[in-house]
Amino acid sequence: MARFSPENLAHARLLLSLYPEPRSALLPLCHLAQAQDGWLTPEAMEQVAELVGVTPAEVLGTASFYDMLHTSPVGTYLIGVCTNLACLLAGGEELLRHAERSLGVAPGATTEDGMFTLEEVECVAACDRAPCAAVNWRYFGPLGPDAFDELVGQLRAGALAAEVPAHGVLSRVRRRRGLATTTEEVAAERRAADEERAARASAKAAEAQGSGDGGSRS
Amino acid sequence: MSAPSTSSPPAIVTGRLGYPDSHTFERFLATGGYEGLRKALRLHPEDVAAEVSASNLLGRGGAGFETGRKWSLLPAGKPVRYLVVNGDESEPATFKDHMLIERDPHQLLEGIVIAAYAIGAAQAFLYIRGEFALGLERVEQALEEAYAYGAVGRDIFGSGFSLDIVVHPGAGAYICGEETALLESLEGKRGFPRIKPPYFPAAIGLYGEPTIVNNVETMSNLPWIVTHGGAAFAALGQGRSTGTRIFALSGHVRRPGNYEVEMAKTTFRELIEAEHLGGGVREGRAVKAFVPGGVSSPWFFPEQLDMPLDQDEVGKAGAMLGSGAITVMDDTTCVVRASWRIVKFFWRESCGQCTPCREGSGWLEKVMHRIETGGGREEDLDLLLDVADNISPGLSWPPAQTTICVLGPSIPPSVCSALSRYRDEFLTHVKEGRCPFPEEAR
Repeated sequence: MARFSPENLAHARLLLSLYPEPRSALLPLCHLAQAQDGWLTPEAMEQVAELVGVTPAEVLGTASFYDMLHTSPVGTYLIGVCTNLACLLAGGEELLRHAERSLGVAPGATTEDGMFTLEEVECVAACDRAPCAAVNWRYFGPLGPDAFDELVGQLRAGALAAEVPAHGVLSRVRRRRGLATTTEEVAAERRAADEERAARASAKAAEAQGSGDGGSRS
Repeated sequence: MSAPSTSSPPAIVTGRLGYPDSHTFERFLATGGYEGLRKALRLHPEDVAAEVSASNLLGRGGAGFETGRKWSLLPAGKPVRYLVVNGDESEPATFKDHMLIERDPHQLLEGIVIAAYAIGAAQAFLYIRGEFALGLERVEQALEEAYAYGAVGRDIFGSGFSLDIVVHPGAGAYICGEETALLESLEGKRGFPRIKPPYFPAAIGLYGEPTIVNNVETMSNLPWIVTHGGAAFAALGQGRSTGTRIFALSGHVRRPGNYEVEMAKTTFRELIEAEHLGGGVREGRAVKAFVPGGVSSPWFFPEQLDMPLDQDEVGKAGAMLGSGAITVMDDTTCVVRASWRIVKFFWRESCGQCTPCREGSGWLEKVMHRIETGGGREEDLDLLLDVADNISPGLSWPPAQTTICVLGPSIPPSVCSALSRYRDEFLTHVKEGRCPFPEEAR
């Protein structure tokens, strides 16, 4: 199911309507495809290209710049272990080595059962919980080796399904409304406001001029 | 997060966070939510901007530019202009915007509408780091509530002012925190920083139109500033460093976390050591070095602990408050390892456009890695400085730049700080052919 489902296609069109230029929807649509399929498939990139009006190569060229967009399959759970400064000082490297041993894969690889992909990630802005790991971008920490294994066990058992959605799903709350105003309406509103503002500024300047004269006469 | 009553400044941006349900619409309304916006909409836009100028609110993203002055750079006679809010917080060890997005999304939206009203933005885009999945969810939820409540959308609170806000997820790239890279990303492209000039997107920004890019914490301050007045904000702090600021404290402290303290009136030592703040380093340990404002900054050492959290003071001392991220390294830290990891980060995140940054970061990473892992040579120490000097000639502060954006000159400071202060430690690595620190303590 690499093309958008009817529901997702409708959502894609809604996202497109939010931007003055369709290409702005490129990353949101890639996220939408990844939420649907778990990774960014070639077919999805073709469809994103059609929708935003660029070539598939441009979608790939853009998506490949971004770490979160995966142009090859990943596991059900993407586990990112942070080893950046705050985590390093709290044992992030040791946690990553433990994760490698525990899952039996090197960073970048997926377990044979397709359950887990391990990554070494850069700071995920959860440094008060160092060392921390992100599972499908939900944060856990501080994590020692035992806590890590427990987390993996819970994920395997499906005990965290409510907290950790499938890979690719970021916000489970989807925007349902389009823009409340049209570009033309807002432009007219702003032009009027700018004119009023200019009028107030010149009135103020005239007043200042007037009081300035008054001051010199007294 | 509360300070002692004797000298406690108001909690301007974290006031609601004591409530476990601080992110909910109900809690927001019960704690003065959207009152600042209602007041702003009764004022003329230029009067709202004047309050912000009077507050001297410095941008909380990293560069610390005056918010009111940034707004004043918008050219006249161009009715289509945009507000873009930078929530792509990625500077290592910075985690304050992450908290504000997750724990008080309505305050952020309220600030955005206030700013958009003051500058007359046609539309506002809230660019949130893609990795902040829960934050994205909380903001989407809050945005729907704000639309339904009439605080966003058509004819806000019957004022005649209309605004749409779009939440835009990033997709994992540190460089997109650089404002022109963020605009490229928002246009659906790779996050390549734009060539300067123009130095400010206020002239040419999103889709080539005048654009203001402001940080999440900056926006989150606006409801309080409008409600209490710019002068009340400016009465806190000292000099140009007015108001309060959130400092993200991490590393070897007993209580890592985000702490909102009065700027300039608080010192690094208080932040790190006070019982209600960082709680000090572990028993029997001492501060060896600390990052004063994000890993792009040169480091500070124990003799700077009593310096106030004042943007200009820290700048004069050869570093920066930057993103407000303070990371403490105690005396068990291997500074070679710590600075190597920072360089590795920049190497991974360089966008690759400029040779000094792309190649220099890789060279520094390789040389640092071989020193840390025992393969270093004595001449490597000078090689590090030579490569660093090719990225940022003169190795001065503020740094000289050979690249399109400031990522380049952000690469050398950590290595140069560690090397200039602890050259002997580098030499020990080289002479012993290994890292002298026990593995579990590194």
